[in-house]
Amino acid sequence: MKILTCPLNGPRPIQEFHYGGEFRPPLDPAQLNDADWGQEVHHRHGEPGVKREWWYHTASGTWFIAERDNLQDRVIQTYLYTPERGND
Amino acid sequence: MTSRLPPQPGEWINREQPLDFQFEGVSYQGFTGDVLSSALWANGVRVLGRSFKYHRPRGIYSLANHDANALVSVGSRTNLRADCLPLEANLQASAVNTLGSVSRDHLAIMDRFSRFLPVGFYYKAFHTPRRLFPFYENQMRKVAGLGRIDPQYREAATAKQYDFCDLLIVGAGPAGLSAAVDAGERGLRVILVDENPHPGGSFTWQWRRHAEALERCEQLLNRVHALDNIDLRVGTLAAGCYSDRWVALFDQQRMTKLRAAAVLVASGCFEQPAVFQNNDAPGIMLGSAAQRLVHRYAVQPFSQGVILGANRDAYRLASDLTTHGIDVTAICDLRPEGESSPAGTRVQELGIPIYRGYTIYQAETRRRGTQLTGVIACPLDRQGDTQPQAGLSLPCDGVAVSVGWAPDAGLLYQAGARFQYQSAVEQFVPHTLPPGLFAAGRVNGIFSWADQCIDGQRAARAAAIHLGHPDITEIPTLTHQGTPPSHPYPIFPHPEKHNFVDFDEDIHLADFKNAHQEGYDNIELVKRFTTVGMGPSQGKLSNMNAIRILARQNNATIDATGTTTSRPFQHPVPIGHLAGRRFHPLRRTPLDAWHRQAGAQMAHAGAWLRPEYYGAADERAQSILAEAEHVRQRVGLIDVSTLGKLQVTGPDAAEFLERIYTGRFQKQSTQRLRYGLACDETGTVLEDGVIARLAHDHFYVTATSGGSGSFYRELLRWRQLFQLDVQISNLTGQLAALNLAGPDSRDVLKELTCIDISGEAFPYLGVRVGTVAGVPATLMRVGFVGELGYEIHVPASSAVHVWEQLCETGRPFGLKPFGVETQRLLRLEKGHLIVGHDTDALTYPAEADLQWAIAQNKPFFVGSRSLEILQKRPLMRKLVGFRLKDTEDKPFPEECHLILDGETIVGRVTSIARDSTLKHPIGMAFVEPRLASPGSPLAIRTAPGTTVTGEVCSLPFYDPDNLRQQ
Repeated sequence: MKILTCPLNGPRPIQEFHYGGEFRPPLDPAQLNDADWGQEVHHRHGEPGVKREWWYHTASGTWFIAERDNLQDRVIQTYLYTPERGND
Repeated sequence: MTSRLPPQPGEWINREQPLDFQFEGVSYQGFTGDVLSSALWANGVRVLGRSFKYHRPRGIYSLANHDANALVSVGSRTNLRADCLPLEANLQASAVNTLGSVSRDHLAIMDRFSRFLPVGFYYKAFHTPRRLFPFYENQMRKVAGLGRIDPQYREAATAKQYDFCDLLIVGAGPAGLSAAVDAGERGLRVILVDENPHPGGSFTWQWRRHAEALERCEQLLNRVHALDNIDLRVGTLAAGCYSDRWVALFDQQRMTKLRAAAVLVASGCFEQPAVFQNNDAPGIMLGSAAQRLVHRYAVQPFSQGVILGANRDAYRLASDLTTHGIDVTAICDLRPEGESSPAGTRVQELGIPIYRGYTIYQAETRRRGTQLTGVIACPLDRQGDTQPQAGLSLPCDGVAVSVGWAPDAGLLYQAGARFQYQSAVEQFVPHTLPPGLFAAGRVNGIFSWADQCIDGQRAARAAAIHLGHPDITEIPTLTHQGTPPSHPYPIFPHPEKHNFVDFDEDIHLADFKNAHQEGYDNIELVKRFTTVGMGPSQGKLSNMNAIRILARQNNATIDATGTTTSRPFQHPVPIGHLAGRRFHPLRRTPLDAWHRQAGAQMAHAGAWLRPEYYGAADERAQSILAEAEHVRQRVGLIDVSTLGKLQVTGPDAAEFLERIYTGRFQKQSTQRLRYGLACDETGTVLEDGVIARLAHDHFYVTATSGGSGSFYRELLRWRQLFQLDVQISNLTGQLAALNLAGPDSRDVLKELTCIDISGEAFPYLGVRVGTVAGVPATLMRVGFVGELGYEIHVPASSAVHVWEQLCETGRPFGLKPFGVETQRLLRLEKGHLIVGHDTDALTYPAEADLQWAIAQNKPFFVGSRSLEILQKRPLMRKLVGFRLKDTEDKPFPEECHLILDGETIVGRVTSIARDSTLKHPIGMAFVEPRLASPGSPLAIRTAPGTTVTGEVCSLPFYDPDNLRQQ
C-alpha cells in the first residue's frame, strides 16, 4: 500500500486518494479540428514511464498533480495545479 | 522416549510439563515447548509424512518451518507443518495424503512408477482426448494432493491490527538483536519480529556451545527487554513487503498491517540440501536441523551419522554432535582441500575420519525406504564428477548435510532490492537496496556471529541516518573472510533418479534434464514446467539448486541465470487471517429511524439506505401503487435527503455554472430555479438537477443521489482549471430534504411556514428562504413527481421535527409518506429520465431529447465542442416512452431486456413499471430513430424468450400539458 504526498496535507495512505486520470494541459477547443479534439478527449497515453496524473485527496477535497514513474513505482513530485505549472 | 538427550542449557522444552498426544492414532508423550516433529523424533518416529507425488517416506529435514513433506491435519485445520506446530495436550494429528497410514502408505506404489512419470508427463498423457481430462484430473487429485478441507469448517472473522514504527527488524538473531539494541538506544521505536517462539536465531542452535557468543546473546536480550521502545514479537512472521514499507505480519491470532519508516531485514539464510540418490530418506537432514533438534528440543537426531559438508559449519557440527554423544562416522567434504581452520583441526583431533573431495553418492535404506542403513560415499574427480566405482560404504542411521546456504531474501526482493551473486560466499547478496530498506547478517553474506553483530549495528545506524538522526558514526561495510560457506554445485547425478532437487514436488535431477531437452532454458519457464519451487515451501530448499542446475545447463553464470520472482506472501498464512469483515460505507438519512418505525421496506441505493415503500414485504406492488394514487389525488411526503446539495458562491459563481452546465445562469433572477444539465468532455450526460439563485453571487444546486459525490469532486477540479473566484461546498450531509407533493400540499404547508406560498406569491420554479415549523428552510417549487409540490431543505438536525410537524398538520388531508419506488413510478409517468439509469456512458443530450436544455450560442461549456461534433452526425438511437398492451398471462419485460426487429437488436428497455396510475404498463427504452415515432410497435424479448409487443408513445405519459405542477 503506497503513501502519496498531498501538497496540502503531507504524506497520507493511498486509500485517502482518488485517481483522476492523466493530466493534460487544457487546450482551446476552438483551435482544434474535429479529429484532433476526438484524440484530445478520448486518447490516453498508456506507455510506461514518467506520467503526469491528477490525484484527489478525498478527505480535504484537494486536487493536485503527481509526477509518477510507473516503471520504477516511484512518485517524483506532487504539486497543486496552476496555469503556469500545468501548461509547461 | 528413546532419543531424548539429558537437559541442555537453554532448551525450549519444559520437562516439568509432559504432554500426551496422538499421531496417526498412536499415543506418545512429549513436553511443552516441543513441536510435533521434535516430539515424534524423540519417540523414535522417523516417518512423519509422505511426499506429494511418489508417496515416499519423509522425516525431519530443516526443522525450520520448511518441512513441507511433514504436513499434518489437526481437527479441521490441515496442511500444518509438523516442524513448527507447537505440541499441545491431547493433540491428535494425522499425516495428510496417505492411503492407509503414514508408515504403510499404499500409495507408495507410485514410487515404483516414478520412472514412467517424468515431469511434463501429465500434460502430455492426459490432455488427449480432452473430454477425458476431468476424469484423469479427479483420479490424479486423489493420489497427488495435500490435506482435505473440512466442509464443516466454522467461519471466523479475524480482526486486523494496524501498527506503525520507525524501524521494523525482521529476525532476532545476532544481527537483528544487535541492530535492535543500537536503534533502541537511539530512541527509535523498534518492532523486532521473529517467527520462532524464542529470540536468538542462530545463537540458539549454532553457537550454543560457544561461551562468548552465549554471553553476547544474553547481553543483547537483556538490553532488548530493558528498552521500552523495543517491541519484541516472537512467533510473528513478516510474510510480505509492499509499497512504501507496508509489511504484513502474522501471528497465531491475526494479521498486523504494519507501516514502518524503515525496514531492516536480518532474516538469515535457509540451509540448502545436497542432491544425491535417496537424499530424501528419513534420517537425512540439514546440519542446522540436527543442531536445532539437539539444542532447542534436546533430541538426538540420530545415533550414528555421516556428515556431508562443504564448509566450516560442517566441522563445527561434527564437534557439536560428538559432544552430545552422537557417533559421527565420517565427514565427506565436497572440497578436495578440506577445512584448514581450527574447526577442521578440532575434528581431526576427535579422530573423525575426513574424506576430502568425496560426496555421498547414494543412501541405502530398508523397510520400503523408511529406515536409513548407510550411505555410499564416492570420490569426485577434478571436474567434480562422481567416481562411483571407487565408492565405499559407511553404515549410519542419519546424515547431516551442511553444504551451503541461500538467503531468506523474499521481503528484500518484494521491496525492490537487487541481488548479485558473490563468489566469495557463493550466494546471492543484496547489491542495491531501495531507500529505507536495509539488510544485515547472513542474508547479507556475513557468516560469523561476531561479524553479524557488527553488521546489524552497521545497518541500524544506516537506518537511523535515513530516518534523519544526526551525528551518527557510520560503520564500514564488512565482507566475508575465509572460504565460501556454500558449495557452487552440490548436485550429483545418479542413474536411478531418486536424487531430489525439490522435496515438496518430488522433482529429481533428471526432470531438469528433460525440461532442458524440451527447450526450457529460462528459470521462470523451468519453474513452471517442472513445478520446482511451486510447492508449499515455495522453493526455499530448492530454488538455489535449480538455478545452479540451469546455469550449468546453459553454461551461464548464476547472475545471468537469475532468480524467479518473489511474491508475497513468502510463507503460507492461514486464509482465515486474511478473510474478515468487509467495510462498505453506508449512509442513512436523518429520518432513518422514523422510516423503520413506520414500516418502511429499506433498500440500498448507492451508499444510501432508503425506504422503497411503506408496507408489508409481500404487498409491494399494491403498496407502491396505493402510495402513487394518493400523491396524485391528495398529498404525500418523501424523504429526499439523499439528493446532492451543493452551495456555489463567489463573484464568479454564475460564470462557473455556465461553464459546467449546458444552460445559462448569468441572467437568472434571484428567487428562481433553473434546470441544469451537465455533460462531461465527451458530451456524455453526466448530471442533472435544479439550480436556485439565492443571491447574485449565491447559488444552491441539487444533484442526483448517486452521482453527487463524484460530481462535486469534478466541480472542484474544474474550479482549479478555470481559476475562477468561486467557492463550492458540499452540504449533502448537513441538510435534509423533504418533498411534499400532491394537490393538497399547499394547504398542508401554509399552516407551517411564514412564507407566502400562494400561487401568485410563490410560483412554479420559485425558491424562497424562510422557516418551516420554526426551522430555517429553503423552499423550492419543483415538479418533482408532476404534482403541485414543495421541496423543503432544512438542517439535518431538524429533519425529524419538520417531518413530524408536516405529518401532524397533514393528517386532516390524509398525508402519507411515500418511498423511492413510488417516486420512481411517479417520475416515470412524467417522463423524467434518471441520469445513469435511463442514460449510459455514451448518452448525449440529443439522444434523450434534452436539446432544449442546451443554451444556444454559448461560447463554452464542458462538452460543448464534443456536442458540436456529435450534432453533425445522424442519431443512432433515441430514448422513447412506450406502453404495453395485453400483458396478462405473459412474462413481463424487465429493465435491460432487448427490443428486436426479427433477429436484429434495435434497442433496450431502460425503465419499466407494470402497475401505474395510468392503469396500464409503461416504460422507457432506447430504440433506433426509425422506431422512435409514436405508434411504432416494439417487440420486446423477455427473459423466458417470449416476445411482448409495446407501442411507442409521446412523453410524458401523465399530464402532458404540465397543468398539475404549475
